[in-house]
Amino acid sequence: MKSFLKLTSLAVAGLFAASAAQADTLTIVSWGGAYTKSQIEAYHKPYIKKTGVTINSEDYSGGLAEVKAQVEAGNVTWDLIDLELSDVVRGCDEGLLEELPLDGLPPAPDGTPAAKDFLPGTLHECGIATIIWSTIYAYDKTKFPNGGPQTMADFFDTKKFPGKRAMRKGPKPNLEFALMGDGVPADKVYEVLSTPAGVDRAFAMLDKIRADVLWWEAGAQPPQMLADGEVAMATAYNGRIFNAVATENMPFEIVWDGQVWDLDLWSIPKGSKNKAAAIEFIKYSTDTQRLADQAAWISYGPARASSIPLIGKHAEAGVEMGPQMPTAPENFKNALQNDCEWWADHQDELNERFAAWLAK
Amino acid sequence: MADIPANQATLTTADGVPLKTKLRQTQRRMKMRALGLVLPLLAFIAVTFIWPIGLMVYRGVDNPVFSEVMPNTNAALARWDTQADEIPPEDIVAIVARDLAQARRDKTMGRVATRMNYDLPGSRSLITSSARKLAKIEGDVVWTEEMVKIDKRWGERKTWMAMRLASERYTMAFYMAALDRTFDEDGNITMQPEERQIYVTLFLRTVWVSLLITVLCILLAYPISYLMATLPLRTSNLLMVMVLLPFWTSLLVRTTSWIVLLQKQGVLNDILVFIGVFSDEGRIRMIYNMTGTVIAMTHILLPFMVLPLYSVMKTISPSYVRAARSLGATPARAFWKIYFPQSVPGIGAGSILVFILAVGYYITPALVGGESGQLISNFIAFHMQKSLNWSLAAALGGILLGGVLALYWIYNKLVGIDNMKMG
Repeated sequence: MKSFLKLTSLAVAGLFAASAAQADTLTIVSWGGAYTKSQIEAYHKPYIKKTGVTINSEDYSGGLAEVKAQVEAGNVTWDLIDLELSDVVRGCDEGLLEELPLDGLPPAPDGTPAAKDFLPGTLHECGIATIIWSTIYAYDKTKFPNGGPQTMADFFDTKKFPGKRAMRKGPKPNLEFALMGDGVPADKVYEVLSTPAGVDRAFAMLDKIRADVLWWEAGAQPPQMLADGEVAMATAYNGRIFNAVATENMPFEIVWDGQVWDLDLWSIPKGSKNKAAAIEFIKYSTDTQRLADQAAWISYGPARASSIPLIGKHAEAGVEMGPQMPTAPENFKNALQNDCEWWADHQDELNERFAAWLAK
Repeated sequence: MADIPANQATLTTADGVPLKTKLRQTQRRMKMRALGLVLPLLAFIAVTFIWPIGLMVYRGVDNPVFSEVMPNTNAALARWDTQADEIPPEDIVAIVARDLAQARRDKTMGRVATRMNYDLPGSRSLITSSARKLAKIEGDVVWTEEMVKIDKRWGERKTWMAMRLASERYTMAFYMAALDRTFDEDGNITMQPEERQIYVTLFLRTVWVSLLITVLCILLAYPISYLMATLPLRTSNLLMVMVLLPFWTSLLVRTTSWIVLLQKQGVLNDILVFIGVFSDEGRIRMIYNMTGTVIAMTHILLPFMVLPLYSVMKTISPSYVRAARSLGATPARAFWKIYFPQSVPGIGAGSILVFILAVGYYITPALVGGESGQLISNFIAFHMQKSLNWSLAAALGGILLGGVLALYWIYNKLVGIDNMKMG
């Protein structure tokens, strides 16, 4: 009996020790793959070295389902999460995310305050942006020996550029692509989409190529489909295509015309036990140098203006990273920012309509 | 001989208690003991099964957002005489406006906006921007005018009617939405616009695919079960291993194996091209569509048909068929009249198992279904994981549960559940 008591008290003491140690552990959740690797190299490793905090990196597949479950159950185990802007807006609306103080963010090296240094629209009351990523379309150069497609309209022109296409299975951002492919300029896209006739027009455009489209769901799929020769062109996240080209020598070419760009932001789930420590990490990881460092690992643009001149070469492939960014001037000519407010308003009906359209 | 008094006629035990009472006591004690034995299981089922399912069905009608965030709105809008007034009168509008402004100050209006957007697409930004502006208004104003000034949609009956329905403490809106129905601006139930109708089609497709898979499983499982039940032990054991081996293999492994076999650049297409059935350009699509879903699910659910069929066939004595043959029946007639009826309980058990599993199947259609092979469970998952409309997911699940229970009831009426044998 005595030894049993001793054992239990030891076990209890062990439990307490474990929970005490937890304060120095941050659970940071991101998308996995090359993207998480870029964060580990640029943020986690130097931060661990500097502060001694243990970082526990977890992967998820996007969306707010896990956050909602944790917050509703009152047992929040994630401290920091990499979210898309639309999820930040929604999570903030529904009270799933902590509000973040914007005043503690470090200024740029030349003293510009953070609020001015961050690109317009990249700071949210519940999220601090780290990168700008983009949905573009890319094509397989070997399939078009006489010159490949140049514009978004070419993507929808199966006569001039025959071959299968791969697109994301969902209305976003296919409706935007469809309207731009139909000649709507980028700055008018959401205006047109706000009318029922505009939505019909977008679906009619998708109808034209539907027989030639294969649908993907995970970001890793489109480069794979291109590599397998299943499709001749595919919409994709620009970082994935860049990685396939730079590290696997794939013959893919990105068409930047009509790109739809978006943000990824750091957010803290409501009720995180390590909120203060998570905020410290956000401050560290969003300074000018750290954001520029991340761009050496993946071709997503930093959210700070002062980081852009510091972008160097790819850490492994040695490619100059500046021209690979969605925000590089020659890539950014006909670009559209994904309007997450518009999508928050219309996603319920459009998801259903898209699903009904697919099932027809 | 003296008459025996009536009370003497009842038998008693040694201690004088009537035997009938004693027997009843003993039986009760035994029943309690039996109950005590199953109590842990009962508690387990209640906690892990009945309670969550009850919660889910409840979540489909539960609608707490307005009562938590805008507590005065529901009562106020309920007073609105919808026959007489096009939009609510000023005193009601004032209460709603103050509630909205308060929700903005509490930073809870996002929940209201999300809730409203389910019923009235596009109203999310209407709520958030209006609440923001209303929170800045101080003093007495004509609220109706102010709100229409902020957004002209506040002058429309549609908006107010949607809010009235969305503010009810319990709602049928999610179950209606799960059946492609909605409320019009007079509160009547109507169909969704045609381009948004999807769930009824999906329910029907799910039932149809499940039935098809059940029939395919019967056709495939019957001969092999028959062989297993009748062949000598060594051969039938080998067959049994061949049935059980895939049964023990992970679901994901089996599903992805089908992808390897059936995809365009896959094994089957390669072979068909090699032997010249069609050219390299003519490769056919056998997966990422309905065909893929049906093939993979039939394969995965087949053991659930084979095992009950086998265990029933094992008990059918071969002498009956022999007797029928010796009385002059043809082999086909002997099988149909004697053997088959005795195997029906196994078909029943297998069919119920396969059908109910198929109706709720999720992983396989998600992986191999492409866009045409998706079932209702995939959309339940979509609303759980992506759109976060858990109430609609609950309503879809509730309808699925109701449907399965109804089918079970019909089956019981037609075949009788007592006729079902697992072995």
